[in-house]
Amino acid sequence: MTIFYHIGRYFLLLKETFSRPERLGLYWKRTLEEMDLLGVKSLGIVALLSFFMGAVVTIQTKTNIDSPLIQAYIVGFAARQSTILEFSPTIISLILAGKVGSNIAAEIGSMRVKEQIDALDIMGVNSAGYLILPKIIASMLMNPFLVMISMFLSIFGGYVAGIATGIVSGVDYIQGIQTGFVPYHVTYALIKTVVFAFIIASVSAYQGYYTRGGTREVGISSTRAVVHSNVVILIANYALTQMLLI
Amino acid sequence: MIEVKDLSKRFGEVQVLTDISAQFYKGKVNQIIGKSGSGKSVLAKCIVGLHKPEKGQVLYEGHSFHEMTRDEQREIRQRIGMLFQGSALFDSLTVLQNVMFPLQMFAQLSKSEIEERAHVCLKRVNILDKDGLYPAELSGGMQKRVGIARAIAMTPEYLFVDEPNSGLDPQTSILIDDLIKELTEEFNTTTIVITHDMNSVMETGENIIFIHKGRKWWQGDRDQILNSDNKELNEFIFAGGLMRMVKRNMDREAGRP
Repeated sequence: MTIFYHIGRYFLLLKETFSRPERLGLYWKRTLEEMDLLGVKSLGIVALLSFFMGAVVTIQTKTNIDSPLIQAYIVGFAARQSTILEFSPTIISLILAGKVGSNIAAEIGSMRVKEQIDALDIMGVNSAGYLILPKIIASMLMNPFLVMISMFLSIFGGYVAGIATGIVSGVDYIQGIQTGFVPYHVTYALIKTVVFAFIIASVSAYQGYYTRGGTREVGISSTRAVVHSNVVILIANYALTQMLLI
Repeated sequence: MIEVKDLSKRFGEVQVLTDISAQFYKGKVNQIIGKSGSGKSVLAKCIVGLHKPEKGQVLYEGHSFHEMTRDEQREIRQRIGMLFQGSALFDSLTVLQNVMFPLQMFAQLSKSEIEERAHVCLKRVNILDKDGLYPAELSGGMQKRVGIARAIAMTPEYLFVDEPNSGLDPQTSILIDDLIKELTEEFNTTTIVITHDMNSVMETGENIIFIHKGRKWWQGDRDQILNSDNKELNEFIFAGGLMRMVKRNMDREAGRP
């Protein structure tokens, strides 16, 4: 029964979050700050991960399908498909759930235990809206850009690895990434990313907002934020894939 | 004036407050006192609407807070200033930005007017020279002052102060107590102070409510409190060494053994 209690409370918090803001200008300013904190400051880890994951995918694909019957360009094709369909939107979102989700839960949780959220409420500020809405909007605006950068760097990482190790020529790799390209797959990936961004920000904020106790509980909320976001992302990934690809 | 009528609050199986009725007067420093865990902070949180009581009413100028619409409650809250035990300043904002925050949210003022008003509040609590610092760079006493400046920024009608002297040295405590008293007179606020500090009670308590085991045990002023024959209240007020000495002197003067 506890799960239904949490689901109900999560949706009530969302209702509160999306209610009318007191001062739009202040909310917009906070959204820009959050775009920097949650988006721009995640660029480094996303770039690093994407480049090396692309490189590894290329090498593994080649070593696993090393057959004279399979043409060389297939390596590029496989690297592109796995990157666009799954690696960039889903794995990067799971990584962001760890980085951004724990950050959101810890920040809001600390504000809760230090009575700063109570202070907002007593001032008459809609604390849920003021704290959570800018984070949700910032994540939903920034994560698609991060994922697009990830797609490019991952495919580029595969290219560099292919050339550097000599397992695939540049021409074959480029032919592979152009073969059978379906633009809708990018749309599908970006739809998933936006949904995952919403999940990361809202689930983590929920964990932080209802933190009770002290610093230990803030840590527990942070961990829960990551675990719960990941679980919800995986379920949503399955549902979205079934809805959008079949 | 704020009035509490038959207020009861429980958390799960634990009954924290039972049938509390009390009045808090305008222009006076009203104090809720009691031991740790007696329920005084919960009572204050019920009054400001952070907790919803199971039973009873909280009346602001005769209007029941918990029966108001959400917008009406927000409107009341914009007339409340509160200083929290840990000051509850926003870590990411400077002292000036903390004081400007409620004004930016609700006051229909220009940016320069908001800044000017924040400076006036900081000057009023004698901390104007620290306006560019962050809360982490301030001492506990300074944080309390900034908290008070933020609480009075919107010229509140109701001022709530939770444990104003916790973590402060006796001299700073007296300064904070004096400041609360002065502001109450200056703004004619209904001030409610939650404390277990007897120095503070004797300095500023004009209407004192003693909470014991979640019930109102006694109500009076600081002149009456020392002569009360309420056993639990006497145990509470004469628990400290200094107050025991006062008690001994009083007994000696009255010829009591």
